[in-house]
Amino acid sequence: MSGRLKLTGQVIAVALVAGLLGLLIWKVVHGSGTTAQPKNFNLDRLDKPGKIQLASLKGKVVVLNFMASWCVPCGQEAPQIERLWQQYRSRGVVVLGVDTADASEDARAFIRKHRLTYPVVRSVGYSLWGPYGLTGVPETRVIDRNGKYGKTQFHGAVTGSDLKAAIDQALES
Amino acid sequence: MRVLAASLAVVAVAIVAPPSALASDQHPSLAEIEPEVMCLVCKTTLDQSDSPFAQQERTLIRRLIDRGYTKSQIKRKLVAEYGPEILAAPPDSGFNILAWWLPIAGVLAGALALGWLAWRWSRGRREPPEPKETARLEPDLERQLDEELARFDG
Repeated sequence: MSGRLKLTGQVIAVALVAGLLGLLIWKVVHGSGTTAQPKNFNLDRLDKPGKIQLASLKGKVVVLNFMASWCVPCGQEAPQIERLWQQYRSRGVVVLGVDTADASEDARAFIRKHRLTYPVVRSVGYSLWGPYGLTGVPETRVIDRNGKYGKTQFHGAVTGSDLKAAIDQALES
Repeated sequence: MRVLAASLAVVAVAIVAPPSALASDQHPSLAEIEPEVMCLVCKTTLDQSDSPFAQQERTLIRRLIDRGYTKSQIKRKLVAEYGPEILAAPPDSGFNILAWWLPIAGVLAGALALGWLAWRWSRGRREPPEPKETARLEPDLERQLDEELARFDG
């Protein structure tokens, strides 16, 4: 009886350890990091009513700009991103602001303050940080016409010239 | 009679005066809410951070207090704005209730396991074996031993 009990305990302990290890592996594989293809989302717009689904933009070059109203560098790069949006929108480029970890009221004030005309969607909390491998804001991802990440991605504030080069590269690919 | 009157007075006061918890829920202060919510960016409670995110969160909480929100309404609004991770402690409802009960269940299970092991250990202990009766020596050998001992003593 004692031997059987001991064996059962050992089996349970091994199963627990294996389960935890499995969870860890799953988290490492799926939980974070930038995959070759950006995860689809369907988020509410902040600038006007409605939703935007990332997958619906396939066939266009998409500039995903992760931002928040409390983030100082986000305010610094916003005018340059707006300028590029005006410059490239007729060439099949969509700039999409993704407001994250932010208060919606403040985010709307940010859009008004910087006179942003490109669409901005709202992601509550950290839901997109894992799938997009975000470590902070701002971060900018350029997605090519095939729905895959372009060669250059930006962690931190992006300059107009760097982003322009990345968009041109994505348009050519 | 006096005791009865005093008791009635205490009960009356308890009924009329709202409990402090209820009062603080109705009219919360920023300092009261800060340790109960997180600064998402800094991964600390709000009272320990002064980052731009924390400043925005504080401004939002102040705004909600000014609008007359109760503490629970403020927390609900914060969750709606920033997600459930904004709360320092998980809500005690739904799946999150596991976070409250699992540690207690773990401690209880550990105590039960310890008790069971102690019970088994105490039951498994055997009394030390009775010393066997020493074999008697041969009469000649015993006499010889007595003589030797007597000589040794003498």
